Amino acid sequence: MIGPASRPRLAPKVRFRFDKRSGKHMLLYPERGLELTAQAARIAELCAEQLTVAAMVERLVSEHPGVPHARIEADVLTFLRQLDDRGLLAETGT
Amino acid sequence: MTAASTIGAPRPYTLVAELTYRCPLSCAYCSNPLELARHASELDTATWQRVLGEAESLGILQVNLTGGEPLVRDDLEALVVTARAHDLYTNLITSGIPFDRARLGRLRAAGLDSLQLSVQDTDAQGSAWISGRDCLDAKLEVAAAARAVGLPLTLNVVLHRGNIARVPAFIALAERLGAERLELANTQYLGWALVNRDALLPTQAALSEARTVADAARERLRGKIEILFVRPDYYADRPRACMEGWARRYVVVTPDGQALPCHQATSINGLRFENVKDRSLAEIWNASEAFTAFRGDDWMPAPCRTCDEREIDFGGCRCQAFALLGDAAATDPACSLSPRHDVIEAARLRATDVRAERPLQLRRFRLES
Repeated sequence: MIGPASRPRLAPKVRFRFDKRSGKHMLLYPERGLELTAQAARIAELCAEQLTVAAMVERLVSEHPGVPHARIEADVLTFLRQLDDRGLLAETGT
Repeated sequence: MTAASTIGAPRPYTLVAELTYRCPLSCAYCSNPLELARHASELDTATWQRVLGEAESLGILQVNLTGGEPLVRDDLEALVVTARAHDLYTNLITSGIPFDRARLGRLRAAGLDSLQLSVQDTDAQGSAWISGRDCLDAKLEVAAAARAVGLPLTLNVVLHRGNIARVPAFIALAERLGAERLELANTQYLGWALVNRDALLPTQAALSEARTVADAARERLRGKIEILFVRPDYYADRPRACMEGWARRYVVVTPDGQALPCHQATSINGLRFENVKDRSLAEIWNASEAFTAFRGDDWMPAPCRTCDEREIDFGGCRCQAFALLGDAAATDPACSLSPRHDVIEAARLRATDVRAERPLQLRRFRLES
């Protein structure tokens, strides 16, 4: 289970790209794709930086002044756990 | 063609590029056409490259390079480079034979995103029984080589009566080979599989057992291996959302350039298909007769027409309706609401008949020039 100490990264089979047609970022993986909201796309981007979830949350808090820390953390964990359930995250070692 | 039918054309996501029907295996459940003679002339590299560009313009995001056996084409690397240049997520769907270690490295370097390797059986005899060839060792080599060059690996397994008891072994194999994804897809009974249905259709009990094992493994391996389990239509109350709806998400292009809404569509008599040599993919997708024939729900008969689930299964499989009932616009008989569901029930009943003969006919590859 992904927690604050995890260092999630996208599984090797996953490609993160921008889709001109929809104006959204997507995660593509074998036979499937996932359209991301702007917020989710930012989290997916941070997965490339080898950060802990806690560090990702700090980064997002600094990017969104005024949004409560707890809410950002909950959003990040929810999204990452959804990705993990779909097998889209590589092993995190935690 | 009326304007209305083009305005409503949805966005396709996947191009299934059947590069060749040549294949070293003769699997008894192969979904390629029974009659291959008319597919003798394969598209050249430049035409495929144009089609890949047209696919991107149409909004397509993924390409499956498949066949037959795509590795028999020596321009595969060039096609991967082009697909990648168009930012398409590129899957190679292969038996792994002929195996060439250096080539896998070149394909990865060219931008290949994922390798889907078919595994017929974990048992050498079983593999030979179903495909005409004992090729398990070759698969192990391919899988190891794919990992060595960093290619994400899916194992594609087609389940049937002869191998369904070995689902635990397939799962163990996926773990051992470091696959990221395991597709346990039951045979669907079209093409050669329909010819061999009595030999291939498992019993309900065997299917349930396999499914239980796969469900448990999915939980245990969550985050490591994505495990898919696809039931055969014959044991579902509702039909599969075949191709996620006719001409809704997929375009198939055959080795000689015919564009199809599904790889079985040429089995439907009376449908006329356009060729990418004559028209752009966009024209074909938006307005051709074959693509608009069963798009949306205007074509649906009762009970589909008013069914609450018509947006879930899109009326099931047109090719199955044609193959079993001779009418491509009939309700898929796999649906328990179909007035002709009895044909499915009869086949199920035969699957449990201990006295039934179960002859197996391997796919014959007819080479004609």
